[in-house]
Amino acid sequence: MRSFASRGVIVIILGIFLMLLMGNTPIAIAQLPFELHGFLDARGGLRTQDDPHESKTATLGETRLQLHLFKALDWAKFRIKSDFLYDGAVEGADVDLREANVLFTPFEFMDLKVGRQILTWGTGDYLFINDLFPKDYNSFFIGRDDEYLKAPSNALKASFYTTTINLDFVYTPRFNPDRFIDGERLSYFNPQLGRLAGQDAAISPLKRDGWFEDSEIALRLSRDIKGYGLALYGYNGFRKSPEGYDPKAGKPTFPRLSVYGLSVRGKVWEGIGNFEMGYYDSRDDRSGEDPFIPNSQFRLLAGYEQELAIDFTGGVQYYLEQMLDYGAYKRTLPRGSHAADEFRHVITLRLTKLLMYQSLKLSLFTFYSPSDQDVYTRPNIHYRISDHWSGEVGANIFIGEKDHTFFGQFKDDTNIYLGLRWSF
Amino acid sequence: MKALYWFSFALSFGLLATPVQGEKSLPEPRKAGIEIMEKSQQAFYYAGADMKADIKMELITADGKKRIRVLTMLRWNDPKSKDQKYFLYFREPADVRGMTFMVWKYPLKESDRWIYVPAIDLVRRIAARDARSSFVGSDFTYEDVSGRNIAADAHTLLREEKIEDRDCYVVESVPKEPADYVKRISWIDKTAFLPLKEEYYDVQKELARVFTADKIEDVAATESRERKSYPTATRRTMKNLKAGHRTEVTYTSVLYNVGLQDNLFTERYLRNPPERWIK
Repeated sequence: MRSFASRGVIVIILGIFLMLLMGNTPIAIAQLPFELHGFLDARGGLRTQDDPHESKTATLGETRLQLHLFKALDWAKFRIKSDFLYDGAVEGADVDLREANVLFTPFEFMDLKVGRQILTWGTGDYLFINDLFPKDYNSFFIGRDDEYLKAPSNALKASFYTTTINLDFVYTPRFNPDRFIDGERLSYFNPQLGRLAGQDAAISPLKRDGWFEDSEIALRLSRDIKGYGLALYGYNGFRKSPEGYDPKAGKPTFPRLSVYGLSVRGKVWEGIGNFEMGYYDSRDDRSGEDPFIPNSQFRLLAGYEQELAIDFTGGVQYYLEQMLDYGAYKRTLPRGSHAADEFRHVITLRLTKLLMYQSLKLSLFTFYSPSDQDVYTRPNIHYRISDHWSGEVGANIFIGEKDHTFFGQFKDDTNIYLGLRWSF
Repeated sequence: MKALYWFSFALSFGLLATPVQGEKSLPEPRKAGIEIMEKSQQAFYYAGADMKADIKMELITADGKKRIRVLTMLRWNDPKSKDQKYFLYFREPADVRGMTFMVWKYPLKESDRWIYVPAIDLVRRIAARDARSSFVGSDFTYEDVSGRNIAADAHTLLREEKIEDRDCYVVESVPKEPADYVKRISWIDKTAFLPLKEEYYDVQKELARVFTADKIEDVAATESRERKSYPTATRRTMKNLKAGHRTEVTYTSVLYNVGLQDNLFTERYLRNPPERWIK
């Protein structure tokens, strides 16, 4: 919806909304037949260095209005959450419908949520193994609120509850990919070109958009044993980002993927421990001999979080990604390509300190990969000025020896940002 | 000699495991202190089989700046033990609206806590080791909200005196393990057994925090088909004297024995808050 017309629509919506605010809004909102909440958010971000592959220094320059409509009836809950934004960094207006769903309980033992929704499961902190729901890495890397790391799914979620075990079944009739880094806003490493690229080589993958044929299924079986959450997962769908490549079409692709995994989380020592693993079955390249499709993988993470002092929490995670059939990969890798390691190790550290009656939050989240020799760190200061106003400042810092590693490829995207929000 | 050593070792072990036996050897004011605090805990934190209340917290700075937290609280007592389960649904401020928080509380070990963030559909476990940390940025700690293990303090009945026109027991409680306070003095109402006032002394032995129950209301309910009334502190204040900060809490629509079930306190309802109970 990035067009001149949509920009006009958004300006009108923003205008009407601001006029409402000038009037006696609390009364106006209270009289509505549904709950209305949301926020107005303005934020900007800048690269701290030149990026030869992107035309703009600004990574972010947006004004965003979120409207959240909610209505609970005896038999169902209705929810619509939509963002209306104008982003100066890409010179476009956009409507981002985050949620439009109905949730009801057809049977005592079953909940059904149908429509556009945000979905999350698993135990990792900013690391996902069995959560194959769409992510938005652009938002994550440029300093939008954490909320935007998750992109919406158009799906049906059926949850079944028994006294011993629960089953969640999510059906997505048409593939919902990640909002992946495509070069338009952030530069990345392009393996076909063998160099960093940006707007000059924006990714436009072969589409996977057939209704029902390009569908996804995600399952979770879970139970709680004395405060310990245990879960088994299954997924059948596609790589969420275009990690494959079709040499005939000359375009990136979303190869077929199945994932099987498990997780456990609960009290360990004086904090919370979690463990999660998954087997990534690369269904389009089971032998590992197709150099254009990622091999099957084994992924694992273990984490521990503890309150170190009052209002000061620390968390560490270890994450491992092993490429299976590594011999076949090495053998078939095109000459001159950068060979990935068989093992990718990542360690993360989260530190959070709350001050001033928890209205000031200082946080630092760092990813460090000893195998890739790269770092991604996210310092952030968030202050709740009042019950309505909040402000934040932060940075996304990428450091890497090499251009082709996971975080190293974004080193020209290192940015700082500033945001101000009014919630109602 | 060796036999005596083992005997005393076994005895002291027995004392630790079953404090009730130990109470016999305690001096009279200590025994009375424990008994009063147990009754008070029952009245203040365990009243009824379950409870539902709308809670408004006003966090007020020294210069009068106010922040508001509005939530609905559901509490369920495990009939088979002293365990409790809590469910909180946040309404205000706007940026936390719809968040839910669940606690499984055990008297002798650290609670299990979960939070649900609806905007990202995320259920998180909270790594809270310290029950003395602040509850949602207020002057109340987690323990102030859900109760502290009686055996964690040594209690002594100091005297009896009136607060306004109510007769009170005055009990001193000293933490056995180091805490953020070294002494607490409680004024416990003789009939309702609710704490009307508590003074917390910090490590400098100075008065640091003061709790007051500002309004007590009798809430009618049914228990085993009989009409009963539960005295409830519907207005409470915690003042931090050193920071000049205070938190005023109001309980409204308080209901007891509404029929909450154990299975309400699960991830299902954390993700999909039970409209019937939070309306």
